[in-house]
Amino acid sequence: MLAADGTPLKASLGRALRRQKIRALALIAPLLLFVLLTFVVPIVSMLFRSVENQIVSGTLPGTVVALESWDAESGNIPSEDVFQNLFFDMFNAAEAKEHTKLGTRLNYENTGLASMFRTSGRSLDDVGEVFQDAIEDVDDQFEDGAFWFAMMNGAGGEDLLRERRERWVDLTGDDMRGDVGFVPSAEIVELLPTTAAAYTDWAIWTVIEDEEVVAEEDPWEAVYAALVVDLENPATGTAIAAYEGEGAQALQAIAAAEMPKADFTAAFADLDEDWVKTDVWTTIEVYSSAYTTGYFLNSVDRELTPDGVDLRPDNERLYIKLFGRTMWMSMIITLSCIILGYPVAWLLANLPMKSANVLMILVLLPFWTSLLVRTSAWKVLLQQQGVINELLVWLGFVDDANRLILMNNSTGTIIAMTHILLPFMILPLYSVMKTINPTYLRAAKSLGATNVTAFRRVYFPQSVPGIGAGSILVFILAIGYYITPEIVGGTDGVFISNRIAYHISRSLNWGLAAALGTILLVLVLALYWVYDQIVGIDNVKLG
Amino acid sequence: MKLTKTLLATTALGLSAASVMADGHMSSDMTLVSWGGAYQASQSAAYSDPYVAMNEGVTVTWDESSAEAVAKLRAMNEAGSITWDVVDVVAADALRLCDEGLALEIDADEQLAPAPDGTSAEDDFGDLLVGDCFIPQIVYSTTFGYRTDLVPEGVDAPDDICDVFDLETYPGMRALEKRPINNVEWALLCDGVAKEDVYDVLSTEEGQEQALAKLDTIRDSVIWWSAGADTPQLLADGEVFMGSTYNGRLFAAIEEQDQPIGMMWDAQVFDLDGWIIPAGLSPEREARALDFVYFATDTQRLADQAKYISYGPARMSSAPLVGQHETLGIDMAPHMPTDPNNAANTFLYNYEFWADYRDDIDAKFQAWLAQ
Repeated sequence: MLAADGTPLKASLGRALRRQKIRALALIAPLLLFVLLTFVVPIVSMLFRSVENQIVSGTLPGTVVALESWDAESGNIPSEDVFQNLFFDMFNAAEAKEHTKLGTRLNYENTGLASMFRTSGRSLDDVGEVFQDAIEDVDDQFEDGAFWFAMMNGAGGEDLLRERRERWVDLTGDDMRGDVGFVPSAEIVELLPTTAAAYTDWAIWTVIEDEEVVAEEDPWEAVYAALVVDLENPATGTAIAAYEGEGAQALQAIAAAEMPKADFTAAFADLDEDWVKTDVWTTIEVYSSAYTTGYFLNSVDRELTPDGVDLRPDNERLYIKLFGRTMWMSMIITLSCIILGYPVAWLLANLPMKSANVLMILVLLPFWTSLLVRTSAWKVLLQQQGVINELLVWLGFVDDANRLILMNNSTGTIIAMTHILLPFMILPLYSVMKTINPTYLRAAKSLGATNVTAFRRVYFPQSVPGIGAGSILVFILAIGYYITPEIVGGTDGVFISNRIAYHISRSLNWGLAAALGTILLVLVLALYWVYDQIVGIDNVKLG
Repeated sequence: MKLTKTLLATTALGLSAASVMADGHMSSDMTLVSWGGAYQASQSAAYSDPYVAMNEGVTVTWDESSAEAVAKLRAMNEAGSITWDVVDVVAADALRLCDEGLALEIDADEQLAPAPDGTSAEDDFGDLLVGDCFIPQIVYSTTFGYRTDLVPEGVDAPDDICDVFDLETYPGMRALEKRPINNVEWALLCDGVAKEDVYDVLSTEEGQEQALAKLDTIRDSVIWWSAGADTPQLLADGEVFMGSTYNGRLFAAIEEQDQPIGMMWDAQVFDLDGWIIPAGLSPEREARALDFVYFATDTQRLADQAKYISYGPARMSSAPLVGQHETLGIDMAPHMPTDPNNAANTFLYNYEFWADYRDDIDAKFQAWLAQ
């Protein structure tokens, strides 16, 4: 079949429909983009933190690689090679002030690492200075930045430059772009690999972060330490003897002289004896991968150990209990809202317009009042010397010595949150009840149904979509509440959100907060799915 | 549209030109962050009002976000846009900000005012210069207040930290902060641990359990607070017999609101509050922030703040200058936590220890609370 212009009808229809779809999409595009940019992207990026763990390999790249050959089971501390890498990694990290971040990160897993990283980072200069002094004592040319530059600079070391620049990018998160004005010479890279790497690190930092010129500055202590490390390699000694490039004489003099031994294991043990304990290294090894399940395991009271996943000790288990409590109490709150809200909504729907309006205002009034004000008002009402207790004591229902404890526990949270969330139940219920035709009830009664039967078999089934909508709203809002539980919940009335808030703003463990938030989100989605299976989401009416 | 943009651009140019002309290389706007309430008011009166009076054209905006300062600064840093210039934080938070590279390092001798007698700033602040970024302002303490009218008959008013744990002699509820810091120290102290051993004991599993076990003995009589204003309110309402909070809050309840509350200074824990300057400000804003901090932490300014609130100035040279309360007209010196009569038995917040153990002990403390 052909359309008027001769094209097949199917194709022509398809084109018309596609055009329509594009137009529709263009119309919602601004909103879609807005939601995407301000809602989806930040949330996803926040949730992503729950698995992100590049900080360990980014801060200690060489150490992490060297550590791969270490066997945690052996009970020995890692080899000198690991400590040597640790020195150069930590030296750079301390210059960029990144080592304390790593200390904070690892302190979540192994208490004590925060101060260990902080104090060690402070003293690395002293470790390197020993070598610097020794070298400069032998030949004072090494005090001169221009001499160093002449010796190290050349061509052919572009790969090394690129590689070291990438390390700085991983370490600092800055792009580190720009001309360094220095390329390590291929000959030196070959002859003194450690020194070339350390000098290149220093050169990149000096030019790009400190905005100085390489040839005019003296290298930092790590470069001298690296030179000593290189010279300890017997092959280097013979190679230097044959070396004829820039600074050959000075290098040969250093190689011939007695140098302090480069023993970084001892140096770190000196800084903090915990460095030579295996549990520190186990932690670093376990958390050295770029992505970790550690935060998620932590959120369900488990922990990552070298032997796999393990339950946390008894006295640190908290989150499963809190998740359970949050679910359970939110359900109670939803149920109380149904019980209290149903009659009110019924009244609203069935009273004459004039009185219904007054009632409606009473329902909406608290809705317009600040959440904090309402919660604080409950505090005044519920406390032991508060209005309710005073009244009960005055009426003689309660003994003065045994006043009811209505807040700083779960009772307080349930009472206050039921009140706060009630309008979210009443309004959908009301809008559904408003559409129930009163003639149905009359018809039922005229056919002989009692009041109860008529309500049970005719009215109630028609109001179920309203209950469904109200329950979803109240439950989902309740699950994420945290101000009200914080104020009136005491210890056994707080929710998981209170811990999320704590980790976001107090402990700064954003990874754990993100993991807890992700679990909460998944729980809500799962419940939504269950709800859809049982009640059917089509049965929900918001108006 | 285009016109408005051009207009805006020219106004902005004009404004920045004006500010450059006024103060050389310093920006003319400054956002200060503090805790709100009486404390911020005292800072405003003692520091920023005189500063603005001296520097015409400078506008100061206050933001009451100090409680979440660390988290917010971290978020600002990640977003690459820092809107705060000088931030008031407790010393522990300053240490963390410094560790994270979010605060500017300060050289006290170079960047802070010397004392009037020429003593260098570093000596004048002494041990209170915690970390490399922190500029101390005040010494405050966390201590207990009790209801004088609810002390049982025939019993002396509580004057020993262990009275908190003595439910027989002093029945009634207690208000304690909902975090382990301070509470576990007090618990150990009253469980027979010597003061100098407290942190050694606390760094062991057994010690942490011992502290929680001691707190367990009063657990049913504790209301846990999370805001400094809670305890004075709970005391005023008669909800608790005694409770811990910041000494300035108790001073306000006792002297300004005439509540029947007494101070129990025993085993008060000193802590510090002060300024930090966020790292990564533009040079103009950084210069302004440093200029303000130089002024606001000099000897006279710190002494002035004590006219409005009962926190001790962090400089040794400020102590003799502390005078009378601005409106009540009472001598402030006896109300300072550092006054010899109040400071017979004191603790200093152990920053290093808590930086390491905060997360660990807090997890155990919260699990214990949730039991």
